[in-house]
Amino acid sequence: MAAVQGGMGDADIKTDIKTEPSADGFGNNNANDGRVLSASPGSTPVTPEDQQTLLAVLQFLKKNKLTESVEILRREAGLPENSLDPKANESAGAGSGGAAGIVDLEGGDASSLLSRVTGSSSAGAQAPTKGTVQSGSGRDQPDVSVVLSAYSQQGDPTLYKVYYRDLKKFIETVLDCHRAELSQVFYPLFVHMYLELVYNNHESEAKAFFEKFSGDQECYYEEDLRILSGLTKKEHMRGNETLLDFRTSKFVLRISRDSYQLLKRHLQERQNNQIWNIIQEHLYIDIFDGMPRSKSQIDAMSGSLAGEAKREANKTKVYYGLLKEPEIELPLDDEDEEAENEEGKPKKKKPKKDSVGSKSKKQDPNAPSQNRIPLPELKDSDKLDKIMYMKEATKRIRLGPDNLPSVCFYTFLNAYQGLTAVDLTDDSSLIAGGFADSTVRVWSVTPKKLRKVKSAADLNLIDKESDDVLERIMDEKTASESKIMYGHSGPVYGISFSPDRNYLLSSSEDGTVRLWSLLTFTCLVAYKGHNYPVWDTQFSPYGYYFVSGGHDRVARLWATDHYQPLRIFSGHLADITCTRFHPNSNYVATGSSDRTIRLWDVLSGNCVRIFTGHKGPIHSLAFSPNGKFLASGATDGRVLLWDIGHGLMVGELKGHTDTIYSLRFSRDGEILASGSMDNTVRLWDAMKAFDDLETDDFTAATGHIHLQDNSQELLLGTYTTKSTPVIHLHFTRRNLLLAAGVSQL
Amino acid sequence: MAEERRQKHCSVVLPTESMKAMAESVGVGQLQEDSCVALSEEVSYRIKEIAQDALKFMHHGKRRKLTTSDIDNALKLKNVEPLYGFQSQEFIPFRFASGGGRELHFYEEKEVDLSDIINTPLPRVPLDVSLKAHWLSIEGMQPAIPENPPPATKEQQKAESTEPLKVVKPGQEEEGTIQGKSQGTTTPDGKGKEKGLIRLKPRSTHELSVEQQLYYKEITEACVGSCEAKRAEALQSIATDPGLYQMLPRFSTFISEGVRVNVVQNNLALLIYLMRMVKALMDNPTLYLEKYLHELIPAVVTCIVSKQLCLRPDVDNHWALRDFAARLMAQSCKTFSTTTNNIQSRITKTFTKSWLDDKTQWTTRYGCIAGLAELGSDVIKTLIIPRLAVEGARIKAVMEGPVVSNIDKIGAEHVQSLLLKHCASVIAKLRPQPDNVDQYRTDYGYLGPMLCSHVMKARTQAALQAQQVNRTTLTITQPRPTLSVSQSGLSGSSGPRTPSIIKVPSSLTLMSPRPGTPSQPSPPATKYIVMATSAGAASTQQVITLSSSQSASPVTSTVPSATSTLQPLVKLESGSGAGLTASRPLQKYIVVSLPSSASSSLETKSSVLPTSISSSSLDGGMKLERSESPGASTQSPH
Repeated sequence: MAAVQGGMGDADIKTDIKTEPSADGFGNNNANDGRVLSASPGSTPVTPEDQQTLLAVLQFLKKNKLTESVEILRREAGLPENSLDPKANESAGAGSGGAAGIVDLEGGDASSLLSRVTGSSSAGAQAPTKGTVQSGSGRDQPDVSVVLSAYSQQGDPTLYKVYYRDLKKFIETVLDCHRAELSQVFYPLFVHMYLELVYNNHESEAKAFFEKFSGDQECYYEEDLRILSGLTKKEHMRGNETLLDFRTSKFVLRISRDSYQLLKRHLQERQNNQIWNIIQEHLYIDIFDGMPRSKSQIDAMSGSLAGEAKREANKTKVYYGLLKEPEIELPLDDEDEEAENEEGKPKKKKPKKDSVGSKSKKQDPNAPSQNRIPLPELKDSDKLDKIMYMKEATKRIRLGPDNLPSVCFYTFLNAYQGLTAVDLTDDSSLIAGGFADSTVRVWSVTPKKLRKVKSAADLNLIDKESDDVLERIMDEKTASESKIMYGHSGPVYGISFSPDRNYLLSSSEDGTVRLWSLLTFTCLVAYKGHNYPVWDTQFSPYGYYFVSGGHDRVARLWATDHYQPLRIFSGHLADITCTRFHPNSNYVATGSSDRTIRLWDVLSGNCVRIFTGHKGPIHSLAFSPNGKFLASGATDGRVLLWDIGHGLMVGELKGHTDTIYSLRFSRDGEILASGSMDNTVRLWDAMKAFDDLETDDFTAATGHIHLQDNSQELLLGTYTTKSTPVIHLHFTRRNLLLAAGVSQL
Repeated sequence: MAEERRQKHCSVVLPTESMKAMAESVGVGQLQEDSCVALSEEVSYRIKEIAQDALKFMHHGKRRKLTTSDIDNALKLKNVEPLYGFQSQEFIPFRFASGGGRELHFYEEKEVDLSDIINTPLPRVPLDVSLKAHWLSIEGMQPAIPENPPPATKEQQKAESTEPLKVVKPGQEEEGTIQGKSQGTTTPDGKGKEKGLIRLKPRSTHELSVEQQLYYKEITEACVGSCEAKRAEALQSIATDPGLYQMLPRFSTFISEGVRVNVVQNNLALLIYLMRMVKALMDNPTLYLEKYLHELIPAVVTCIVSKQLCLRPDVDNHWALRDFAARLMAQSCKTFSTTTNNIQSRITKTFTKSWLDDKTQWTTRYGCIAGLAELGSDVIKTLIIPRLAVEGARIKAVMEGPVVSNIDKIGAEHVQSLLLKHCASVIAKLRPQPDNVDQYRTDYGYLGPMLCSHVMKARTQAALQAQQVNRTTLTITQPRPTLSVSQSGLSGSSGPRTPSIIKVPSSLTLMSPRPGTPSQPSPPATKYIVMATSAGAASTQQVITLSSSQSASPVTSTVPSATSTLQPLVKLESGSGAGLTASRPLQKYIVVSLPSSASSSLETKSSVLPTSISSSSLDGGMKLERSESPGASTQSPH
């Protein structure tokens, strides 16, 4: 966990550093205001902070015995020799970091220095400094104590209630248009004030504070409040993940300039330093010009563990277009033409393809270059499969509101509720199930039985030149409808077929991802890296790469021939619950228990999109076939639709009453199917949902959206099963919907 | 709302008493109050943490129920050794006990005799996981197949029929719109507009799909066809298939028209088939029949009271049809009669009226009496018994009077036996014990002497049954579906054998089976019947009876139980140590399984073991269930 924490810190700095220069006047404004209020030593506002940073870095280097680096850095910075001497430092610190008067003595030398650094940096509200400190202290305990020590600023515990009530009264009396925006402050303030009380051992006050004001918080924070309510002692704060999330990340609020001024003025008038300090230290207020947002607009975007995404976080350009399909010579002339079309659809669909903008021969401007990330070469068998795919695609049913797909439901019998994951191959010939008893089972859903390859001795006898050598290597005696694969030592939570149907991936509670051969039905590799349960894994649509994410809060990108991950995506504040590859394989989307979705660039490993708005852990993700949109489903029973290019929420589909475990777009993207724990499969009109968008909204700098509540119009069908939660959905190449689940009866 | 939430969030902390209890269990005798408080807070916090992590595993396991394995995994996440030994899939059977001012919940771990496990035959291997595919929807329509839930639940069907305001039925729709329109135009005020705005359900066409039409054709043909096997299948389908509600109007019309035609043609067989269809429809749990009673009830009543139902009334057994239809009628009265439709009172009135009519023929008379008699003993008491004398006179006139038609005589005979059959048991309950023939004659006229003998017979039978009935019976539904032991259909074995073990009926009768029940095939759900009875003041015994389907051999065991038979699960030791023990004979825990139909063997042979019992009777029952082999006498596990 320690490493994870450190890693997260790193990611934070990256984003922070990136955003800092681009943060125009507001950011500076912010900092200046902070200085005015917290009365920091105003003489040289920059130098002491820089010095503190350097000190922290030096401390870190020294601790890690990198003496040469220490020397070099010290010379470069022109620091005196004794700058690392704690005692000398103390006096220096007292001189420079005036605001941070409290020295945490229990933490020892290192932590006392660090805590002071934190103190002063927090007074200045400078993110980079703090980030460095966090990443600098790679170990868990100092890190925690550093993080917590910021709470040591003592205020009168009895006044907390008064402060909070005061602010509440103020916000209740402001103009209606500002009230909704300012109310956002309540929750983070509440949490931080509560934690401060707990940290300073005012147990009864903390309890009273919690009881008095917890009922005021928005209902979607209930989960977190429940965790907080259990936390009543300082000792509990060590190692509590939720708490660390709160401290290590700033809660992001998006507030209009007018509302912010109002709040600032009020706090200044009241001399309400306690609250102002919290706002300065723990909140990131993203100020925009323009009309304040309405309550519904705010509610749509909030709910995540760390507030909304900063606007800057979603500014990076994302190449969401599809890659050009390699041209494959088809045996028949009429299909040749379709081969040029990316998805090989019949001609009548051409107008639509143009609108999608990825089908014409010339490169789609939004698509990444073909070799942006190296992709595996196509094998002959892959080409054959492509041809099969195109042939099937010509027979595909064109779906729409008047032409709904048929749904075929696969029920797993006698599974005793042990089924935890399901996947189907793209050609819908195989179905695999991961079970709580650690087994992975594969069934053939076509009459073709599953066969193993012959043993090595037998393989030697085969004529390798013969045409049907691929057929001959199979052992007829092993033919059966299903195969069981043993290897994991915990419930199998994620499962994914490779596109060429030769491999199967499974991720498990035991912390490994395993690669299985579907020719020999044995385990080939166990990828170790996540030391905690791996909740999900998925193959890239082009094979070779795969992604996994789990309880350790990082997603990892692997290649099948490397035993170590190629990329580690860290940034989520809680478990990664689901992972999905973008159709062009250049991006990976991850959903998390911190109620955000992040999109990662496979090339750089950077987080390029953060989507907030879900009110519960996200359990399913699906990219639209054209790569432009993302759908996500969570435990709150809602499906949210996102525009990847603009980084905005574009739709909300309400209807389910329980966790949505599976989402899938039809092959042409007209229909979105969702399957849920509430025993229903629902079909939504995705075309309409995306066509109705007013793209003008996107250009607005404020970036807020008006969602109309049209779930009922978009809902095309609801199909109830007999007490069978739907845990997987799959569209066949001809647009037949397959669903799978296990009966709870 | 806020209040509730706050309540929920308030940190609940384990009581310090449990800390003390736990400390004691690991040998720490004196724990200070302060440390108890500190401990309980810490422990509560950690438990909550673990529970939160366990929830994560539940979510990823795609379940709604938290299992012990989730907790194990959550512990593993924290690098804590999981708790071994909690393997139960469903729940952990914590037991509650109190005493000495303490209340405890504990996990009971019994001592298990290994030889016992070795000797019991292995349970069946659980079935392997398999896949089954079905159509959840075909081009947007959900097919009505058993794999899918019924298209409209009974509640929906009921709502449709009982709340016509919300859902306008096809016939009323036009009326509704017209009304709405006229109101909208004539009264331009808000009220009128509002009425006009009522959302009307589009006219439902009640079109049947091709498949449904085929099904309907097949079913109706099979129901009235000549092949009995096919008919049984068709009736089975009607009685069990969900999603027949769309065809219900058709079936109902089919039956009512069928009865109308076949009564005229005196086609007894067809009438019987149609009544069996009615029975099947009524048996279907997914159908809401209320809407079609107006067609079904007349058809059924016709089959009860029609003057002639067959071509040769002197030979054909149309009486059986009348009996069957009367039972159907009684059943529908029971299920459908409400204060609004008053079915029962209306039916009663109809029957009584035609019965009272002097010109009524014997056949109709029989039907009326049968219909009334099936409605229950209260109806018999108030309506039939007072008229016994009059009816007796009429029967006498036919039987002993000048020769009339043979048909009349047969009819009178049947009415007589019917009256005797139904009235005897009721009178047996009404009248005090000494049955005097003369007294009966004065009270009931011609039928008196025969009634008297019937009543006496009924009394002896009732006495026999009473011993069966008055056992304390507790039914426990089977906990796991894999253990399938179903009750036998043989009533003979349970009848005479019981008195030998259970001598004094206990007053605690939880469920007294009706005399007839054992002979009926039992429902598929298996039941264990645990019978407890107090055999005098000296010893308290409890009997577990188990019958398996194949062998039909009841397995009986006696275990001592606490004096309070209502809570046999708690504290057996305390019950035995209550002072009475000294005078009491040895505590017995007897497990006997009988050879099938050898009912008398139990009286003499029962293996008796002195035991120190710590297990509950339920556990005994679970054990027993494993020894299914008929005739094998198994020793108790202790």
